[in-house]
Amino acid sequence: MGSEPVSETLSVAWALAWIRGAQAVLADHRMELIDLDRAIGDGDHGENMDRGFKAVVAKLDPASGNPEPASVQDVLKLVASTLMSTVGGAAGPLYGTAFLRAAKAVDGEVDADAVVALIAGGLEGIVARGKATTGEKTMVDAWTPAHEAAKEAALAGAAPAAVLRAAADAATAGAEATIPMLATKGRASYLGERSIGHKDPGATSTAYLLDAAAKAAGA
Amino acid sequence: MSVAFVIVSHSDKLAEGVVDLAGQMARDVQLRAAGGTDDGRIGTSFDKVSAAVAELRASGHDVAILTDLGSANMTVEAVVDFLEPEDAAHVRFCDGPLVEGAVAAAVTAQVGGDLDAVQAAARARELFG
Repeated sequence: MGSEPVSETLSVAWALAWIRGAQAVLADHRMELIDLDRAIGDGDHGENMDRGFKAVVAKLDPASGNPEPASVQDVLKLVASTLMSTVGGAAGPLYGTAFLRAAKAVDGEVDADAVVALIAGGLEGIVARGKATTGEKTMVDAWTPAHEAAKEAALAGAAPAAVLRAAADAATAGAEATIPMLATKGRASYLGERSIGHKDPGATSTAYLLDAAAKAAGA
Repeated sequence: MSVAFVIVSHSDKLAEGVVDLAGQMARDVQLRAAGGTDDGRIGTSFDKVSAAVAELRASGHDVAILTDLGSANMTVEAVVDFLEPEDAAHVRFCDGPLVEGAVAAAVTAQVGGDLDAVQAAARARELFG
């Protein structure tokens, strides 16, 4: 057992730890996300993410009577459908679609390439739903560098945990890089020049989510 | 198969108001409001929109969905993505200015317009170019 290369694949236990970790970090940063969204949006992002992930974690509780997810894919699907129906703002359909596409991209245990596919699926879902591209001050500005960094790390032979760490760090940098951007998508674009100087809340929550994924893998 | 409507707004009051307004000029057209979140806050609800679409489909209508703001569009597009193909062919997201579009589209449905005609009317081109 001790010599098993357990770090080469991530199991359903990782996915569950990820989502529980994400719930905790989003609860901790609820006010920060609310403040970021108040500056350039409608102010509901922190509340919505907190509510959405609390609802997911409630469904994961054995006492809820829901069947326990048997695979990474099952966990991601549960996140997708729960966020879709419990998050009232734009983040519901955006993250819901991201987790749905991510779920479709992984089958069975998750190796480094599957981590890349999972993140690619998430990015693709966000782009398909939000019709945004990079440089528009949206969550795409965190997902895109995350995907690039994950791809590079996997190509270099990194283990899944290191791939996730690379993606999370790139997403964090990507979120910071939205500060000087002019918003041209979503409600922040109504603010025009006044959107400059604020970090995008969606890119920020993306960075927290991916950081939780890396931490759950031990990175 | 007549066209019925789901009016999606972040605000429950706004959705109800648009239903009242459009219904005044389209007395035989079925209109459903799907406004606000499930717990009555400002926002949109995947479940409310899905339920309204399912109810109207079950009674044999084609369904036109109109929205107020961008994130409502995303909720509606997600709902349409989740439909079975045989239903999806009869459900259309109609982009346009909500109030003017809903009135123009409902009147078009009242005089027998199909989903294509209703969608074109919802754009309210005569008002907005």
